[in-house]
Amino acid sequence: MTLLNTFLLLAVALATPGLINRIRARLAGRRGIRFMQHLYDLRLRLRKGAVYSSTTTALFRTAPSVYLGAAIVAALTIPVGDLRPLLAFEGDLVCMAYTLALGRFALILAAMDTGSAFEGMGASREALYGALVEPALMLAGGTLALLTGCTSFARIFDPAVMPGAQFVIVLLLTAYVLVKIVFTESGRVPVDDPRTHLELTMIHEVMCLDYCGVDLAMIKMAGWLKTALFSLLAADTLAAAFCLRWWIAAPLALLLTGVSVGVVESTQARNKLVRNTTFILTVAALAALAFFTAYLLQLNIGLA
Amino acid sequence: MNWLITDNTAPAAALGKIPEVSYADFYNDLAAKLADVRYHVAHYFALPSGDRLRFFCLLLDDNTGQVLLASHAMGYHDETALPSLTALHPALHPFERDIAERYGVRFDSMPWPKPLRFPFDRFDRSSSMDNYPFYTMKGGSLHEVNVGPIHAGIIEPGAFRFICNGEQVLHLEIALGYQHRGIEHLFEHTDNLLRRMCLAETVAGDSAVAHATAFAEAVEKLTKRERPAELERERTVALELERMAMQIADTGALSMDVGYQLGQVACEALRTLTINTTQAWCGNRFGKGLVRPHGTDHPLTPEKARMIRRNVGEIARRYAEVCRDIESSPTLLARFEQCGIVPREEMQRIGGVGQAARASGLARDIRTSHPWASFAKCLHHRSIVQQQGDVMARLTERCREAAQSAGYIDRLLELYEQKYAAGPTPCPAPDYTAALAPSSLSFGLVEGWRGETCHVAVTDPEGRIAAVRIKDPSLHNWLALALAVRGEGISDFPICNKSFNLSYCGHDL
Repeated sequence: MTLLNTFLLLAVALATPGLINRIRARLAGRRGIRFMQHLYDLRLRLRKGAVYSSTTTALFRTAPSVYLGAAIVAALTIPVGDLRPLLAFEGDLVCMAYTLALGRFALILAAMDTGSAFEGMGASREALYGALVEPALMLAGGTLALLTGCTSFARIFDPAVMPGAQFVIVLLLTAYVLVKIVFTESGRVPVDDPRTHLELTMIHEVMCLDYCGVDLAMIKMAGWLKTALFSLLAADTLAAAFCLRWWIAAPLALLLTGVSVGVVESTQARNKLVRNTTFILTVAALAALAFFTAYLLQLNIGLA
Repeated sequence: MNWLITDNTAPAAALGKIPEVSYADFYNDLAAKLADVRYHVAHYFALPSGDRLRFFCLLLDDNTGQVLLASHAMGYHDETALPSLTALHPALHPFERDIAERYGVRFDSMPWPKPLRFPFDRFDRSSSMDNYPFYTMKGGSLHEVNVGPIHAGIIEPGAFRFICNGEQVLHLEIALGYQHRGIEHLFEHTDNLLRRMCLAETVAGDSAVAHATAFAEAVEKLTKRERPAELERERTVALELERMAMQIADTGALSMDVGYQLGQVACEALRTLTINTTQAWCGNRFGKGLVRPHGTDHPLTPEKARMIRRNVGEIARRYAEVCRDIESSPTLLARFEQCGIVPREEMQRIGGVGQAARASGLARDIRTSHPWASFAKCLHHRSIVQQQGDVMARLTERCREAAQSAGYIDRLLELYEQKYAAGPTPCPAPDYTAALAPSSLSFGLVEGWRGETCHVAVTDPEGRIAAVRIKDPSLHNWLALALAVRGEGISDFPICNKSFNLSYCGHDL
């Protein structure tokens, strides 16, 4: 079961970029690149060496490994539907959030290490939006913990523990918040634009400008894992509202992210940078709403 | 003070007839005239002749359509400093900087005495890009961001130095001149008119037709021969096709910069269709080879005219849909509105021209104020003017102008089809050998898609072109871009930049 869980996690991580590309291409009236093109690119990068600027230190070289390692550890705590993840312990919910924060911290330090004006700007933006998205993530996690009384994802998404029908609205709202967090954390439109060539407008991409070869491949893989992790969380939450099974959660995660990101990126412009703050704070406000609704509902049940 | 009064359709002016006045008179009169919004300077340059340096000024009167010519002179080795007009009217800064850079003329109290384009025969050889006097500010919370010297998208050189407070841009300084090719020198160092035409087409690749038309105009005014009206119409069709292509391309580029994929791909497809139409006509997508003096190598045929009309109608229809989508999409409006504003007063002070000026409410349009060729005859152009001066205004300007151009092309080709449905082509072959008027000055003033494009040709006593002076509208408008991003977030610079889409090589010559 654990093996299947890890396999599904990887499958979602690897298929999501392809699905996004395919949907964007179709909406633009194009055929699009191969579904697995990003994997060929990855193979290419893994075969390459790396070039380092002479102003950088060991900080810069270790950051990609820390970033990828953090993403792997965090992803391993995520269950797919009713399957059991590889890592599960009380409090892994908080551990997941801050392991990811550790990875982000490493990348920000590395960006500052290059001494480039562009990367410093990107680091400052990433730090700001990372800090803003944290309350949203913790509140969404807190809502799930509140509903089930557990602080481990493996136990939260256990069909036996999942609460009854009166919490459907809370679960839906939390799933919505988590989908929005996917957009923010994986740097997609409207928060960031992963395809842009304009350094001045980039957030995540600009921090990776000095990386190439293996290092860039590691950052890319970590990005896919992060996207998969959050979309699986969102899919699990959504599935918990009606039927928490792995064969529902896994395709749901893929569709949720692939389709919503693909459609939004084709039809919408990205935010003005200052508006991102409002965007993320709105998500945090929704998370707070979900949290307090859950809390009130639970009080009510306690009284009855 | 005396000015020689002419207009945009009159033949060349003899050099002797252009009044030569003292600098004090010139200074006072020009300063007084430029205070009135109806006047702006199309060109102001110096030409050495023997041991004298003669300064020519072309002043445009937008109300009456007159072009006023005057000159003043000083000894070539005279080192007296002239009081700077830029101090009163910043619009003159590129001209005075150019004169100072080339001939070492000193302008007193010039507020922005910086090199312009580093020509190889510049007066001060020690001035180079490496010691460009960038503007600096000091402060603990300020940082500088240098973008360039190569533009990552179009691979043209220009250094942009931002002084920022966090995300906010306090000042942007644009240093150009990397791409100086000495194109004016190349004009002087050949006697071959065909080669000169080809050079004119390469002044700015995206305005090939506008520059070629401006130069052809200047040459034809020197020969004083009548042109067939057909030729003028064909050139106008080419010019408007170029305008359509570029306005559509820039709409796509703006969509791309804000991550709006549908607008981007739709505009890219339409732009390709437009330039392919030009290619089907003359064999080159940018209209190179189409404009030649006194004739054309690619006369329109009824089949080609029909093909162009059909394509242009299709493009206009589909482009209107894209524009409607953009103007009704909240996420796009949120990006474009209230961003990169250049108010009308600032645009006027810095001498903005063309569509950027019109988007700020400054109705500078050679097609209206100084009509030439078809615009003086069968078309009566009414400029489209927006008031807001933001990115959205410049985008709307593009949408409307492209639709207007499509209308003109359709009208001109309809006329053509009615007249020449069966008969042979009325356009003659080009004539490169016609004798030019000696010791004269002639100019071609054309409204390209970016704005006022001016070529001035001066002939020597033997009737050979002795000097050519070129002005691309970008020369004025780069400063407008610098002003537009002041106070904006640095991440909005790309869309401000695209909304102007200025030329590097047109500036650098």
